[in-house]
Amino acid sequence: MKIAFWASLALAAFFGTFMLLTAGWERPPIKSVQTGYRGLALEQNINPRREATVIARNQLPDVIPEASPEGPRASAVYENVQVLGHLSEEQFVRVMLAITDWVSRDEGCNYCHVAENLADDSLYPKRVARRMLQMTAHTNLSWQKHVRETGVTCYTCHRGQPVPEKIWFSNPGPVAARGPVGYRAGQNIAAASVGTTSLPFDPFPSLLNDDNVRVISTSALPSGDGASIKRTERTYALMMHMSRALGQNCTFCHNSRSFFDWNQSAPQRTSAWYGIRMVRDLNTNYLVPLTPTFPPHRLGPLGDVAKINCGTCHQGVNKPLLGASMLRDYPELNEVKQ
Amino acid sequence: MAECQNLFTRVQVRCASYPVAPLPRGSWPRLGKPMISYWLGVIGDAQVGPTYLGAAGVASLICGFIAIEIIGLNMWASVNWDPIQFVRQLPWLALEPPSPAYGLRLPPLAEGGWWIMAGFFLTTSILLWWVRTYRRARALGLGTHVAWAFAAAIWLYLVLGFIRPLLMGSWSEAVPFGIFPHLDWTAALSIRYGNLFYNPFHALSIVFLYGSTLLFAMHGATILAVSRFGGEREVEQIIDRGTAGERAALFWRWTMGFNATMESIHRWAWWFAVLTPLAGGIGILLTGTVVDNWYLWAVKHDFAPIYPQTIPSTGDPARL
Repeated sequence: MKIAFWASLALAAFFGTFMLLTAGWERPPIKSVQTGYRGLALEQNINPRREATVIARNQLPDVIPEASPEGPRASAVYENVQVLGHLSEEQFVRVMLAITDWVSRDEGCNYCHVAENLADDSLYPKRVARRMLQMTAHTNLSWQKHVRETGVTCYTCHRGQPVPEKIWFSNPGPVAARGPVGYRAGQNIAAASVGTTSLPFDPFPSLLNDDNVRVISTSALPSGDGASIKRTERTYALMMHMSRALGQNCTFCHNSRSFFDWNQSAPQRTSAWYGIRMVRDLNTNYLVPLTPTFPPHRLGPLGDVAKINCGTCHQGVNKPLLGASMLRDYPELNEVKQ
Repeated sequence: MAECQNLFTRVQVRCASYPVAPLPRGSWPRLGKPMISYWLGVIGDAQVGPTYLGAAGVASLICGFIAIEIIGLNMWASVNWDPIQFVRQLPWLALEPPSPAYGLRLPPLAEGGWWIMAGFFLTTSILLWWVRTYRRARALGLGTHVAWAFAAAIWLYLVLGFIRPLLMGSWSEAVPFGIFPHLDWTAALSIRYGNLFYNPFHALSIVFLYGSTLLFAMHGATILAVSRFGGEREVEQIIDRGTAGERAALFWRWTMGFNATMESIHRWAWWFAVLTPLAGGIGILLTGTVVDNWYLWAVKHDFAPIYPQTIPSTGDPARL
């Protein structure tokens, strides 16, 4: 009896210490919400003790009072107003103030503007910001299948910082030893980008190229060239990123009994499908062309520009900013000239 | 005072070390002087050694050592020989098979060649160890049941790392040598081939696996329960059934209407254990070679149930 008691105590102490010293453990109870037919594990697992943090992280900045569309045009009052010149002066100033609050809260106007001459384009953030305004309007007008009426603003990604927290660069991986040793095939390291799994640590090229990420066979019997296991792992890694970026389980979109089957998938999967295409469009047509605009210290280890993934907007929740629409208060953003 | 009667062996035999059976001609000598360990006696026999390694054993250990060295050193190299990262990342590290571009050709060392080498030495080591289990059983005049049970496990190992990649025409289909990476491989295989749970051989393998644990628990419990009547002398009870065997049989006949015998329970357990990797190996062998999507295969053969869709799907947007 005594020995059994001490043995179980030692066992409990061992596992307790192990869980304390290793990452990723969350204490029970975990809230489980059923989202589909019974018996299919269609459920979302939520840690209720993290909800307060999530809500606190997704508070909206104060709205600047609405501006009158009447009065002289911005282009008539200021020089070199290329994409917002058709707004009224009041609206234009309001947008400028909002951007400062959203993107360079601590740095102020002079993060983009030369103080002596606001029209000067010599600072790179100003040239980037102009293109980002166009990107925002393009997103809201052309990608409603993903962003709906909620839309996005600068704040959706930037959250007061000049560089959004969740961005990606091409990842050369950890430094390997010299010589023909240590082959890892782009995987097998605890990678935050894929939820600290050992899956391929750089799944993001699929958010730049027109890769077909579908790997599951659509016929019962083999027919032609199917996807290899390694390609499957790349898609799996991308899915892990999406899961992490949205703070959801696989079953938020998929029915795990048959991951590929659209007829058994949740409507969210369709939204995510458009999301992947939206991100590819924005990366290819807005961010990559900005590569020469950025100074070298803003580029990645391989000299590529910062790019977006699902986490850039979502930041751990399935609806960015918990579904609040800031765009509704700033309709000027959709009037940016392309 | 209450005392624990169940967790540990209560009787430790202390005597001069066992009389040694003579070895057949041509054998190597046994290694090590026998010693008595109290703590090992708590969970098993208190006598440790001597060991017989022999030629096959020595060759197996050398090959196994080479394989582990290749795997371990490549893992260490992958973190640039950093000892701290090697320890911290160990569960994540792996030696990967070559990329699909190489098919069944020999890749350069830097791109999976080491994986081929590690696989060769590990397989040789395992096969030599099998030879050892077979030969030791024969040398003692035993049946070769252990060797054939081990062969069943080797079958699954060979299917995963050799036979299926061969049939698929690519070493890249094989399993990486690593802790988490081989689990990711497993999950990826199941997803790629449309959910392995719909693979009937996978299902059979699970039945035998869980069945093995159940039989093991039932048998262990039964023998412990009747040991007060001499039930632990199982071999004697087979040919000369005493009250222990009769009570054990009665217990199961009363509780479930049927009982195994002192002999047949061991055949039940052996077959359940052996059929676990045997069926599993068949299931893996068919995956990708004969069946490409087990879910659709189950739909085709009418054993995948249809469940109501509580939130209507919006269909495949690529087809719109």
